[in-house]
Amino acid sequence: MADKLRAAKKQPDHPLDDLLRRDRIPHIWCPGCGIGTAFSSCLNAIKSSGLERKNVVMVSGIGCSGRAAGYVNLDSFHTTHGRAIPFATGLKLGNPDLNVIVFSGDGDLFAIGGNHLIHAARRNMDMTVICVNNLNYGMTGGQVAATTPNMAKTTTTPRGNPETPFNLPHIAYAAGATFVARWTILNTREITKSIEEALLKKGFSFIEVLSPCPINYGRRNKESSQDTLKLYQEKTIIKNGAHPSEIDIDPEKGIILGKFVDLQQPTYIEKYDKICRSLMNH
Amino acid sequence: MEKAILTGKYYMTGDVACAEGALAAGCRFFGGYPITPATEIAERMAVRLPEVGGTFIQMEDEIAAMATVLGASWAGVKSMTATSGPGFSLMMENIGLGICTETPCVVVNVQRGGPSTGLPTQSAQGDMMQARWGSHGHYEIIALAPSSPQEIFYQTITAFNLSETYRLPVLIMSDEIIGHMSERVVIPDKKDIKTLCRPKPKGRKDRFKLYEPGPNGVAAMPAAGEGYNVHVTGLTHDEKGYPILTVETQMEMITRLTAKISKNLNDIIQTEPYFLDDAEMVLISYGVSARTSLAAVDIARKQGIKVGLLRLITVWPFPEEQICELAERVKRFITVEINMGQIHREVQRCVGGKAPVSLVGHPGGTIIPPDRVVEKLKEAF
Repeated sequence: MADKLRAAKKQPDHPLDDLLRRDRIPHIWCPGCGIGTAFSSCLNAIKSSGLERKNVVMVSGIGCSGRAAGYVNLDSFHTTHGRAIPFATGLKLGNPDLNVIVFSGDGDLFAIGGNHLIHAARRNMDMTVICVNNLNYGMTGGQVAATTPNMAKTTTTPRGNPETPFNLPHIAYAAGATFVARWTILNTREITKSIEEALLKKGFSFIEVLSPCPINYGRRNKESSQDTLKLYQEKTIIKNGAHPSEIDIDPEKGIILGKFVDLQQPTYIEKYDKICRSLMNH
Repeated sequence: MEKAILTGKYYMTGDVACAEGALAAGCRFFGGYPITPATEIAERMAVRLPEVGGTFIQMEDEIAAMATVLGASWAGVKSMTATSGPGFSLMMENIGLGICTETPCVVVNVQRGGPSTGLPTQSAQGDMMQARWGSHGHYEIIALAPSSPQEIFYQTITAFNLSETYRLPVLIMSDEIIGHMSERVVIPDKKDIKTLCRPKPKGRKDRFKLYEPGPNGVAAMPAAGEGYNVHVTGLTHDEKGYPILTVETQMEMITRLTAKISKNLNDIIQTEPYFLDDAEMVLISYGVSARTSLAAVDIARKQGIKVGLLRLITVWPFPEEQICELAERVKRFITVEINMGQIHREVQRCVGGKAPVSLVGHPGGTIIPPDRVVEKLKEAF
């Protein structure tokens, strides 16, 4: 009887179970949050890429999205705030066979870690950076971020945000990223496809995933999770190949999604091998 | 491919000798950022690492440099960085990550005058307490202090061996004078250089625990890509490496991190005695100031003053026991260092009022001339 009960209680297997640290579940993400969707798209991409699992590693910084590294059943590194990219750079240079994914948030990657992002893109360091953009600092209770829309309310902009937000794909592109895409968590197939392409592509790849943060951002801006999803459904326009300079997030004009950049450029390691090592024989 | 160990006799600066020591120890990754007076270490590594199959990268700042060093170490490569005061300050948070995640690596601080930009081209020993406590939280650290180019060659090898054995960032607290002075450096045969590597896990991968202490209190360390599916976090974690944010886990983790140093002091601490046997007064010094002190002992001995020197080769962990023992029989201690009394306070603490402890210090910019030490000795005599 007890065995039957246990069998009945046993969680059904999930197709992504082998990529999850099941002993770390339940996760910390709030109801209505979109990080889990971006995360499962990432896991699906790892699966469909066919890459040898032991060579795929995930690095995160600090924040809600930064917890992803704690749930993935791969070699995974939860580093310091903003420093996921240089840590990942060290991993990649130490073992070029590794396929390195950086999974983190907008605050981590573009505010405290912004300098590292532009330099890794400039070097064309071979890695896939997935940035979940929820427009604020969720982990610490909803403060203004470098991505918060002008006039939006947060705990540190109680009268509205006086600043102008970053256009993340534009920064990545301008700094030298060779693959740039943006999706919302409604576009799970597209996110998965973009991440898979990025994983199989050599070079610095950047994928922005827009995600609701109903508890900390939505609450102060009269936007429920459903409202955000509705916005994603009604106000987004898929425009592959759009120039990254023209895709500022503006719901009035429509939020442009798509794969914007896909270039072939030699990676840092390829150039280092060619320029710094080849002279050894002369 | 060029040789990693350039056996032979050279006339070399301390910075260059440091780089050669690293290569001899098996270092194959350097992540750096230019800063006076440490830049020459990076420059040498930029030339030499690709010759021996290693990788050099100049990062966008010292924060990133330290992060790459940790990443490369987890990829299984012996790795290092070198900097000076301002860069050392920027590295502090990731040095803490290295301590918390038990990541072997070597950080060289070629000290200059501070605080802030201070005296970029002039010597000081003002970062000794920062080396001990600069990153937040409670931890143990290992820091060495070289007194010559020859010694920094060997100390860099020792630093790698200690970092690999005890799995933590090991600090080399050099200074501008040692870094920039040229002296004879002998690089021995490969067979005469002892190098140690981190303990590797054995047994079943599915039963592996990332921080389960081995016989000396140190856990085995797999590299990324070896199939262990490790989770490495700077959050307080259990033996499995999983974040557990409880009082009990914090207690267990900090106990483990500190015990692996505090229970192996005899293996870690090195000092050098000079005329201590009959000494009535003892100088305590390290790094470049130990050279000054050595000269002072010689001058004072000729004048009939019974003085000796305890040179600290390892500054952290502090050689408490030795100083406590000396305090039982010595009439006076004098600390000699290029700061206004950092190690001095440690000496006072260990002497515990059993003898007077005075300081011959200087805030930085110059060495302390032996005469100043001799004067102090005469005053006390």
